[in-house]
Amino acid sequence: MAEEVTKKPKREKIPRQPMPEQEPKVRAKNFDEVPFGYSPETAVKEAERCMQCKKPACVAGCPVEIDIPGFIKLIKEGEFTKSIRKLWEKNSLPAICGRVCPQEIQCEGLCIVGKKGDPVAIGNLERFAADHERAHGTGALPPVADPTGKKVAVVGSGPAGLTVAGDLIAKGHEVTVFEAFHKPGGVLVYGIPEFRLPKEIVAQEVNFLERLGVKVECNQVVGRTISIEELFEDGYDAVFIGVGAGLPTFLNVPGKNLIGIYSANEYLTRSNLMKAYRFPEYDTPIIRGKNVVTLGAGNVAMDSARTALRLGAANSRIVYRRSRVEVPARAAEVHHAEEEGVEFFFLAAPTKYLGDDKGRVIGMECLKMELGEPDASGRRRPVPIEGSEFELECDLVIVAVGTGANPLLTKSTEGLTLNKWGYIQVDEKTNKTNKKAVWAGGDIVTGSATVILAMGAGRIAANSIHDYLTWGW
Amino acid sequence: MFKIVNREEMSDGTVILNEVEAPKIAQKAKPGQFVILKANETGERIPLTMAETDPDKGTITIIYQVVGKSTALFKTLQVGDDYQDVIGPLGKPTHIEKIGKVVCVGGGTGIAVMHPITRAMKDAGNHVICIIGARSKDLLILEDRMKAASHELRVCTDDGSYGHHGFVTDVLKEVLEKEKIDQVVAIGPVPMMKFVSKMTQEYNVPTLVSLNPIMVDGTGMCGGCRVTVGGQTKFACVDGPEFDGHQVDYDELMMRLQAYCEDEKKCYEEFCIMDQ
Repeated sequence: MAEEVTKKPKREKIPRQPMPEQEPKVRAKNFDEVPFGYSPETAVKEAERCMQCKKPACVAGCPVEIDIPGFIKLIKEGEFTKSIRKLWEKNSLPAICGRVCPQEIQCEGLCIVGKKGDPVAIGNLERFAADHERAHGTGALPPVADPTGKKVAVVGSGPAGLTVAGDLIAKGHEVTVFEAFHKPGGVLVYGIPEFRLPKEIVAQEVNFLERLGVKVECNQVVGRTISIEELFEDGYDAVFIGVGAGLPTFLNVPGKNLIGIYSANEYLTRSNLMKAYRFPEYDTPIIRGKNVVTLGAGNVAMDSARTALRLGAANSRIVYRRSRVEVPARAAEVHHAEEEGVEFFFLAAPTKYLGDDKGRVIGMECLKMELGEPDASGRRRPVPIEGSEFELECDLVIVAVGTGANPLLTKSTEGLTLNKWGYIQVDEKTNKTNKKAVWAGGDIVTGSATVILAMGAGRIAANSIHDYLTWGW
Repeated sequence: MFKIVNREEMSDGTVILNEVEAPKIAQKAKPGQFVILKANETGERIPLTMAETDPDKGTITIIYQVVGKSTALFKTLQVGDDYQDVIGPLGKPTHIEKIGKVVCVGGGTGIAVMHPITRAMKDAGNHVICIIGARSKDLLILEDRMKAASHELRVCTDDGSYGHHGFVTDVLKEVLEKEKIDQVVAIGPVPMMKFVSKMTQEYNVPTLVSLNPIMVDGTGMCGGCRVTVGGQTKFACVDGPEFDGHQVDYDELMMRLQAYCEDEKKCYEEFCIMDQ
């Protein structure tokens, strides 16, 4: 590769390499992944933009502390296999992180190159290394430590649980992951749509962990099928709880139980996990609205509104009670949604759902809002403007205003200390709960956050679990 | 994989019994709890309340009526075939205690769900009167087992082909008129539970019903199974499936059960054509 490039352009002269993607009008009608990924040539070119800082700022921004200059240097040298190995040292799920991490506020947000221009496309490069390995790799596995004879149970196979599993299997412990659904991956399979994260990739990342020795048991609802206490009776030495938040919130307005009003959890689970977008080839149905309103403006709302377009919506609208400035979704997600034709109604909130005689939603009444004083979250509180009612026609509403703590496991586990919202309380440095040999991390501790923060929490717990299994509580 | 070890056809082949190997669930399950089953890779997740569990054999028994594509697909499974996924036990168990005289009202495949509850009520020392009903004699299921599980069994058929000619509510009214009843449990089609609850409210008898709304995950994650009970939204999968029959908004439940009727019809018809 290096021989072909005889005259290298100056590093500073290379622009950030864009990732080619499907045309908005085309992709809004299919479930294929939006970006195509880098070619090896593009990846090498992008890797050349990295300054290889002696004190890299980017690493400090990564919740799992990937050696970012290290793996980028290997891409630059065309050593793609070595590059993925460097990533695996700190991250068992690079194909996923490369796609869904909010790099702009983490590694790329701190990139020194980014101070004067566009930061190095760290996420795209991570994705490239993982995808290249999947397509062309030898299948050779990274080394794992000698067996310790210790057994760890991981409850939940989302990003937190998979990180714990990957870290601890590498350290020689026996790991079994318990998943309530019939497929592993948690939010990565039920929540994030195919066009953002192909399920094949999640399956392969899980398969990678299985090849390292992780056991994955699906259809196990811990708290019902088996309890935490029983896991210890079965010989597990430590338990990690990473079950996610997973309790949908519905706005308490009249008509909320009309047919055609979904929680985002239900809408996305039907489409992603149950593959309702391929109904009737798959048996699970989903309501395909023509005029769809999604309430909320986080990443889950963007996923929902974009899914609705792909399921045939003529209009896919987002109604959000604050303004564009407060939108919690990643800028890239908002951009993708707008490109595809999702419309935004800022500073508005529903006051009532309207239904027909069959109990199906046909519209909603909204009130306009203005921003008042900052609230507890530091954002300006939306205040209704009196007399500003307006109606929106809709035959499908997706409520994506956040989730709460699902009590199924926490209520069936005695003596686990929860905070006032029902999330598990942990020691921040170790992610230990108040129960001996039980750790927790991810959304069931923090409330709804991101994949990578859950992975970071998993990393902290895994280190602490390893210490415990080595030296004791 | 979850192997079918026993299979029976009832009600002219419209109702099927499957005994399925699921040792972990069989160990844990209590009367009133349900499982979610998925036949194959492309299948739907279908919640069914268990009719029987055998912890020693490690099996659970489900009895379902063939009403659409998914149950028609279940029906094609024979002894030795597998369900790809069985998840459970889910939901809260029935609250069983000695309270005195209990009437268990079962309609259609609700009788199957009622069976372990009836037996548990009897085992707890209650005097159990059972009223079961079906459209006709051919469609009635589990008569012998219900007889064995209760102290008194009354049977009704809508067409009068067997037992009392009329609805379970007619017989229930007779019983309520005659003696003091401490608890009614009603499981069956939603209209049946609605009218039983309406009647027991007049007699001021506490009434439990088991609801069967549309579900996806069964762990409180999606909210698809939400029902209004006493003016509050509850999730049948985790807060139920049993609720105070006097507090349930049955009309809303019936309405929500129709959410996918057109899709389901289309899907079922296609399956029936392919199956021929």
